Amino acid sequence: MSDASSLGWVGVPIAVVAGAIRVSTPFLFVSLGECITEKSGRVNLGLEGTLVMGAMAGYGVSYLTGSAWLGVLAAGALGVALGALHGFICQKPRVNDIALGIALMLLGVGLAFFLGKPLIQPSAPRLSAIPFGAFSNDPVIRSALEINVLFVIGVALAFGLEFAFKNTRHGMILRTVGESAEAARALGYDVDRVRLFATMAGGFLAGVGGSFLSLYYPGSWNEGLSSGQGLMAVALVIFARFSPRRCLYASLLFGGAGALGPALQSVGYTSGYYLFNAAPYVLTLVIMIASSSATRASTDMPAELARAR
Amino acid sequence: MADGTDAGIAVAPVAEPEPGPSGLDWAKLGPPLESVLIPLVALITSLLLFGGFVAAAGENPLDVYYEMYRGAFGTWFSLQNTLQRASPLLLTALCTALPARAGLIVIGGEGALVIGGLAAGAAGVALASSGTLVALAGMLLAGAIAGGFWIGAAGALRVYRGVNETISSLLLAYIGIALMNHFVEGPLRDPESLNKPSTRHIGEAHMIGPIPGLDVHWGLVIGLVACLAAYVLMFRTVFGFSAAMIGGNPRAAKLSGVSVGKVVLITTLLAGALSGVAGALEVAAVHGRANASLAAGYGYTGILVAFLARHHGLAIVPVALFLGGLNASGGLLQRVFGLPDATVSVLQGILFVVLLLSDSFYGRFDWARFTKARAT
Repeated sequence: MSDASSLGWVGVPIAVVAGAIRVSTPFLFVSLGECITEKSGRVNLGLEGTLVMGAMAGYGVSYLTGSAWLGVLAAGALGVALGALHGFICQKPRVNDIALGIALMLLGVGLAFFLGKPLIQPSAPRLSAIPFGAFSNDPVIRSALEINVLFVIGVALAFGLEFAFKNTRHGMILRTVGESAEAARALGYDVDRVRLFATMAGGFLAGVGGSFLSLYYPGSWNEGLSSGQGLMAVALVIFARFSPRRCLYASLLFGGAGALGPALQSVGYTSGYYLFNAAPYVLTLVIMIASSSATRASTDMPAELARAR
Repeated sequence: MADGTDAGIAVAPVAEPEPGPSGLDWAKLGPPLESVLIPLVALITSLLLFGGFVAAAGENPLDVYYEMYRGAFGTWFSLQNTLQRASPLLLTALCTALPARAGLIVIGGEGALVIGGLAAGAAGVALASSGTLVALAGMLLAGAIAGGFWIGAAGALRVYRGVNETISSLLLAYIGIALMNHFVEGPLRDPESLNKPSTRHIGEAHMIGPIPGLDVHWGLVIGLVACLAAYVLMFRTVFGFSAAMIGGNPRAAKLSGVSVGKVVLITTLLAGALSGVAGALEVAAVHGRANASLAAGYGYTGILVAFLARHHGLAIVPVALFLGGLNASGGLLQRVFGLPDATVSVLQGILFVVLLLSDSFYGRFDWARFTKARAT
């Protein structure tokens, strides 16, 4: 984020805001996906693996077809497949969804590194941005307001999902399954199938979030692309108290924390670079400590999740 | 949670047992047989799946498996390499296995290892002028305390604030690695380490040597003793029984007078301390200084070892050897076939998923009916 350098220290907050929008997009997509899955009463920790697989597949397909948007779709499709795997295995008796998530995380990351080895060198077409800052002559403002379409879609999705959970038939079924599997079964809904679809939808969004990493920002495929973003998004859903709208705000907060280190570095403040890089993890932890309670489960938590804990 | 009572799966893929004399009581023999057969079938299934994967990548699976065997156990050199890699796995596996008995899923062993290694490196430099025994004890103790604090913190957050230990331990791992990078590149950096920032060397005199007759350091023995001790603690003591009760049903444990918080805290402290010792051993016996090589993934592989061994202290030993061998063979796969270094991770991931899937097949086979069928 060298764009802060021309303004000196004043550039730091601007760079943090710009970074928040840029860095938050993968958080936003993964957390919205996880939100859908958790509303159905299951946790998919494997979204970290899905994110990395999405990044790899998105980059690969974009490179092969020349279309970045086909890459995004491919990443989403792969996410659906991984989500289906999680949902399918979780239906079996005695399978712990958390443990399976860890397994799928290891498998996804391993597969992505294996298949993505030949993709480190070539450069693929990237997603383009909408120049919202075209009115300004200041390059800092202009680059800060260059916003990717995926972020806009994510924001719309956050509000759309918030509405859908409360007001649509499918949203109601999803929440019923998450609140009480027995009640849902009594109403005639196939609990396993609803959860399977919820996990697949979550995988789709996580895959799309991954494609943002490789196709827009940072905008290339390498093995250090995601360092726990998929997992932090899972923690973020708890912090957002299972509300898609609050997932958006939390993602922005996390994005800002992630952008702090590079923004400070660009104005020459380099001491403690690694400590600032750890800021998002520390923030997640602090937030989890603040928003948890030893004595009672959050009232917003789907009851099936609370029972499983 | 996985509530799949109505998911209709017709057949359990339990291998057909050898038809014994019709006098055998399969209803009694069946269940223990399952605990051997099911993991075995899971292992074979994973190897077949991975074979298909390798074949799709354009290599002959049999050649790959042969090279893997050669790279892991085939020669005296590779066997020692395997043992060298298995010793930290013994300890990091316990970091997941001990809390798992009490129902906690801890996946931050990597962080405890890295922080333990950093603390041991710093202690080693500080004690450079002391006697060898003092320096060694200081390093191991520093590693144990730092690692114990790291996972113990996740346990304390669980007990006092209800924070999910799976996520908090992993976040702590990332924070630990960042702290290590910070200290190794900043305050504790050896100015002479140019390409790879490291702490000062602890001094050759204070390094832990090899076990006589082997080219493997004493960490292997420490790991084996720790696994044995963990088994005794978890399966042969009142403390272990309390932990198992908490793992089974925390409310019932509390009602029968188990001090849940205390048991969870002690378990996580112990778990972290063991992983921290693994880090200290990497510094004191392998690298001689703390640097980024500490974050080599032993903590993450340890999770898989613990799950494959069903969190059983003694079962960890063969599983750690097996996965240590897998890791050791990775280099050979790269050299001989030009396969990416992530190949081993793919096999590990497949193994993990198939193993969890296989859990659902326990008790699915009607052994009593099998006995009747044999009798008639």
